Amino acid sequence: MSTNVTTRSNAIEVHGLTKRYKNLAALSEATFSVPTGTICGFVGPNGAGKTTTIRMLLGLITPTEGSAEVLGFAVSEPEKYLSRVGAMIEGPAFYPALTGIENLRVLATMGNIDQERVEELIELVGLQGRGGDKYKTYSLGMKQRLGIAAALLPNPQLLILDEPTNGLDPEGIQEVRDLIKKLAGEGKTIFVSSHLLSELEIISEYIVMLRKGEVVFSGPIEELLFAQKPTIIVKTEIISDLEKVVAIAHAAGHPAVIRHGEAHIEGPHEWAATLNRSAFEAGIVLSQLNPTMPNLEETFFEMTGAR
Amino acid sequence: MFRVFQAEWRKLRRPVLVLGSLASSLFFTVLVTVFMFKNIDNPQGNADRGATIGRPILESASGSITAVSQVGLFLGITALCIFAAQSAQEYTYGTLRNLLVRQPARLKLLAGKFAAMKSFALLIAVVNISVSIAIAFVLSDGAKVSTAMWFTNEGLAAIGRSSLNIFISIVYFGVLGITLGLIFRSPISSISIGVIWSLILEGLLFFVNENIPKWTPVSQFNTIAAGGSADISYTHALSLGTSYVFLGVIVSAILFAKRDVAN
Repeated sequence: MSTNVTTRSNAIEVHGLTKRYKNLAALSEATFSVPTGTICGFVGPNGAGKTTTIRMLLGLITPTEGSAEVLGFAVSEPEKYLSRVGAMIEGPAFYPALTGIENLRVLATMGNIDQERVEELIELVGLQGRGGDKYKTYSLGMKQRLGIAAALLPNPQLLILDEPTNGLDPEGIQEVRDLIKKLAGEGKTIFVSSHLLSELEIISEYIVMLRKGEVVFSGPIEELLFAQKPTIIVKTEIISDLEKVVAIAHAAGHPAVIRHGEAHIEGPHEWAATLNRSAFEAGIVLSQLNPTMPNLEETFFEMTGAR
Repeated sequence: MFRVFQAEWRKLRRPVLVLGSLASSLFFTVLVTVFMFKNIDNPQGNADRGATIGRPILESASGSITAVSQVGLFLGITALCIFAAQSAQEYTYGTLRNLLVRQPARLKLLAGKFAAMKSFALLIAVVNISVSIAIAFVLSDGAKVSTAMWFTNEGLAAIGRSSLNIFISIVYFGVLGITLGLIFRSPISSISIGVIWSLILEGLLFFVNENIPKWTPVSQFNTIAAGGSADISYTHALSLGTSYVFLGVIVSAILFAKRDVAN
């Protein structure tokens, strides 16, 4: 059976998943899938339903409607798949009076996991030398590292991480990024939510985007970004000339706005040469002419209206 | 379930928890035992509410364990606090979600935790009973209480019977603690409500109608520890107390198995 499970095409499949609390729909008819062996970013503004979705995938809360499968098993039977799933949900949560190592040992004992793995993971997440200290003495970054170690305890096929880089310094963020890439390289599926969209853009192959409890996009990240309109960003030597540049763009049928001292013009990159020529003819000196594709952050703001 | 039991003991065996629980329970056990023997001839009494427990009782086969049988309420409240805190703190710390990811069978998790807490309660009971018997033995000479019957076969049987009653009482208080912990999901709320009910409200109900304590849970648990009382028979206390505990277990199991874990 495990061979069958590991070769499944989707590690997570969600169909019409809904969670309502009285009149409030925390998640509404969500449908998406996460292919096995990929890193999938899970994004959405606060309150969009990310944590609710993750909790349903882990069998912690019961869906109101719809269905979901994790590693080929329905979420109504979490005992069939959770031994192969690692998770850190809504930040790390441990017993303050126990040491980092003891906290992991509690979970290892509970999950019938080799205790030697505890020491390995303490080292892997960079907590060597502090594992014997009480959890309550840890900094936010150390707590986060312990949370990641706890998620990795069962050597999971599917790793679900909710904001794994919260509280980490830039070095820690890079370490987590490298760790996620390494784990994905071992064939594990990583489902990771984060507010650091630039980080997700670097590591993710798939994206699931939520807005107000609804899935607004799910699929390969390239598909998401290429579906966005290319932009030409222009700066002028004299700032008041930006309005003239916007007028040239409008005249050519390209929507344009001035934002943060720059003109943002929607248009194909090839049109940049035409714009440069037109600006020169109008006596405008361009100090910057930069054709760009929208990044994940811009796309996120546009699609979720979160700005 | 055994893995849950082991995991729970990793938390319970903390020295602060073990020593704190023993110290708080032993405080009352030692106090009541010393008071009972030192004031045996005091006209104001040497037991609860001015009652006198005289030499005939203390020299009987069950004399060695008479004192600790009187502190069932305090031992029970200690267990109530520990059980309530251990179950409610999983919600306040947010650790329940970690436990459920590693052990998704919720009833197994609850049963394992309960078994671990029961064994912790057994430890408290054994230590308190042993200490009380030891103190009683040491003080018996000064109080002119003969211990000739204490360690006869009949005496040892009485120790076994009373120890079992004390253990049942502690576990029943513990179930009350777990139920309150799971209902309120906050150690402070569940402990305060449990302690206020046990120490104050049931006492006040007695003044409203002196028959009410015959039907309230804490009176039954307390009576079980004492092996029966003048007002409530042991059989009545055991059957009604067990009914309350059965109800508590059902409520706890439903809440734990069915409720969304959203914190």
